[in-house]
Amino acid sequence: MTGRTMQAHPAGEHEAAAAIQHGQSGMPTALLGMLLFIASEVMFFGGLFATYFNARATTPGTWGPPEGAHELDFALAGALTAILVASSFTMQFGVWAVRRGDSGKLKMWTGITLILGVLFLMGQLYDYSQLGFGIADGVFGTTFYTLTGFHGAHVFGGAVGLTIILARAVRGQFSARNHVAVEAVGMYWHFVDVVWIAVFSTIYLLR
Amino acid sequence: MATTTLEPRAGTYRRSWVLDWLTTVDHKKIGILYIANSFLFFFAAGILALVIRTELAVPGMQFLDQATYNQAFTMHGTIMLFLFIIPALSGFGNYIVPLQLGAPDMAFPRINALSFWLLPLGGILIFSGYLFGGAAAEGWTGYSPLTSDQYSPGVGTDLWIIGLTLVGMASILGAVNFIATIFKMRAPGMTLFRMPIFVWTVLVTAVLILLATPVLAAGLIALFIDRNYGGSFFDPSVGGNPVLWQHIFWFFGHPEVYIVILPAMGVVSEILPVFSRKPLFGYRAFVFATIAIGLLSFSVWAHHMFTTGSVFLPFFSFMTALIAIPTGIKMFNWLATLWRGKLMLTTPMLFALGFLSMFLIGGISGVMLASPPVDFHVQDTYFVVAHLHYVFFGGSVFGVFAATYYWFPKMFGRKLNEPLGKIHFWIHFIGFNLAFFPMHQLGLDGMPRRISDYSPDAGWNLLNLVSTVGAFMIAVSIVPLLINVIATFINGEPAGDDPWEGNTLEWATTSPPPPHNFDRLPPIHSERPLFFLTHGHGHAAARPADLEENDEDDVERRGGAV
Repeated sequence: MTGRTMQAHPAGEHEAAAAIQHGQSGMPTALLGMLLFIASEVMFFGGLFATYFNARATTPGTWGPPEGAHELDFALAGALTAILVASSFTMQFGVWAVRRGDSGKLKMWTGITLILGVLFLMGQLYDYSQLGFGIADGVFGTTFYTLTGFHGAHVFGGAVGLTIILARAVRGQFSARNHVAVEAVGMYWHFVDVVWIAVFSTIYLLR
Repeated sequence: MATTTLEPRAGTYRRSWVLDWLTTVDHKKIGILYIANSFLFFFAAGILALVIRTELAVPGMQFLDQATYNQAFTMHGTIMLFLFIIPALSGFGNYIVPLQLGAPDMAFPRINALSFWLLPLGGILIFSGYLFGGAAAEGWTGYSPLTSDQYSPGVGTDLWIIGLTLVGMASILGAVNFIATIFKMRAPGMTLFRMPIFVWTVLVTAVLILLATPVLAAGLIALFIDRNYGGSFFDPSVGGNPVLWQHIFWFFGHPEVYIVILPAMGVVSEILPVFSRKPLFGYRAFVFATIAIGLLSFSVWAHHMFTTGSVFLPFFSFMTALIAIPTGIKMFNWLATLWRGKLMLTTPMLFALGFLSMFLIGGISGVMLASPPVDFHVQDTYFVVAHLHYVFFGGSVFGVFAATYYWFPKMFGRKLNEPLGKIHFWIHFIGFNLAFFPMHQLGLDGMPRRISDYSPDAGWNLLNLVSTVGAFMIAVSIVPLLINVIATFINGEPAGDDPWEGNTLEWATTSPPPPHNFDRLPPIHSERPLFFLTHGHGHAAARPADLEENDEDDVERRGGAV
């Protein structure tokens, strides 16, 4: 407290707590933080995609798994895409439920989203086990496993977040007014889904 | 905020001093931790610089072998950039930005603590290569294929990758925190265009960190996969592309240059108006120039790669030259601020003026390097080393010292001794120019960077010796600084709340501020709320736009007595 402040404004000052009001309007600060973090994640995947396209552009001959390995399993990857896209919808149903204050539906939809996410990860591991080539087998293998692997790691991170949301929902910690964590994890889950759509389109569709 | 009254007041219970600092989430303590940590790494990397300059003082290999020399310049560059300049400026940002915004803390205090503690961890990992058969030795740019497991089999390079990734994560988390703080934590009345310039530069810097650093992380991870899991991102024998590393590194690396310089520009823009007793000339032009530099910084990375033959020279040359325009605007902002000002040559002002002149030299040699015909001749010579030291050291580090002298009284309640500060400045300034100006000529004479020895007949002997003398002068100049800091802690002149008659809100509270920063805030009608407070409405009327913008709570806070 400076003497000068007192002198210049003897009257009309609010109390300290009332005078210093922050972040009272607009997007919750935590949600803004998550959005910014996602922006940095977009750039991270941007870097990985750049390595993929650069390798593809500079590799002579056919682009794909090395000689003697299996072709990519398009059907399995398509099914996994459907699972992850569906999980984005179930996530959003959960977010809408908590906005209404319906914690029963929140628990249900979060649980379903978590199951779909785990299904996706198990399917991806199964796919890896069947492919017959590895990260060290040429630049296709390197970029394929790096892109899909880092995406998978992000799905895993999202699943951890969903588990926390589910546990907190079971304890009744969310309400229609107080549920910013659900919104943030929901946002992250949609991001992970969008990244997979980009990965799937790049690796499986743009052949 | 009724709940705050229910919590125990700060200071009502005791805990150990060490535990308090280890677990603090107070942005001011974290800021001081940042700065202290940065100076420790500065001393370590400075010793490495002396090692390099000692070896180069005269021709012949005197006391290093070539492998040790390579490690020395790699660690010097990496540590100076990633663990000194950036964290030091982040530290001042941490301490000052919430105060300048009138906020009680950063938006995410615990994430703030995390992003600090990742730094010493990353730095120790980078340095620990010395304990495991040798630190990274391929230059701070880590060019492929030097970094491949074939040419750098040691674990030092892996530790460098992991350490840098951690430091990068710390930066990203810090950037999220700064942006959220600036957008969500401003005091009532603190509109975006009333924010101090330092806050603006920190904001643009945070956006650059947020968008550029993850790309480096992707590159570092690719490099780690290449080295440890048989990947082939950068290995041309199995389809990879070594030039890809340069693209990724510089896509990060050029915004990085502005990450390093912009907050220093912000510091200078705080100091020059205060010690010229004038407002900053062209506040809005300065803000837009800062934003323009931030935007352009993403379109110039390949000017580091002119000689690879794989980039479109005219585009990157043109975009690079374009950056000189917003930078030039800032130069004129600063000069016009000084023009007919009532100049007070205090130590922070001297360092700010040092910044202006040295950064100008670095900026001019930068425009020279943006021209491909020049760049082809001086690529990888000491001319580039001279250029980058004039912008990083003459620019950013002068900014760090200016900030140190300027905000030390706020942080610790005592003013650093002025005569000692001036001795520090002059030895530093002369030493700096002795060390780095000759490098321009050495580069033009063809001396390549990163060599540990040179022929006695090359004609480089005298200039190298002069440069080494300058390097030791810089080291000597740190002695008065250390004496000054210690003496001030023991028996320094009390600073009072506002020793410099500052313009911005950090001077509106006590020195050091209480844990919650402000008991109450002065009204905020301009980017100089404290000037307004001291000199009253007579001066404010000179800016009718500000009065018109007054919102209702301003009127209310003045008790309706306008």
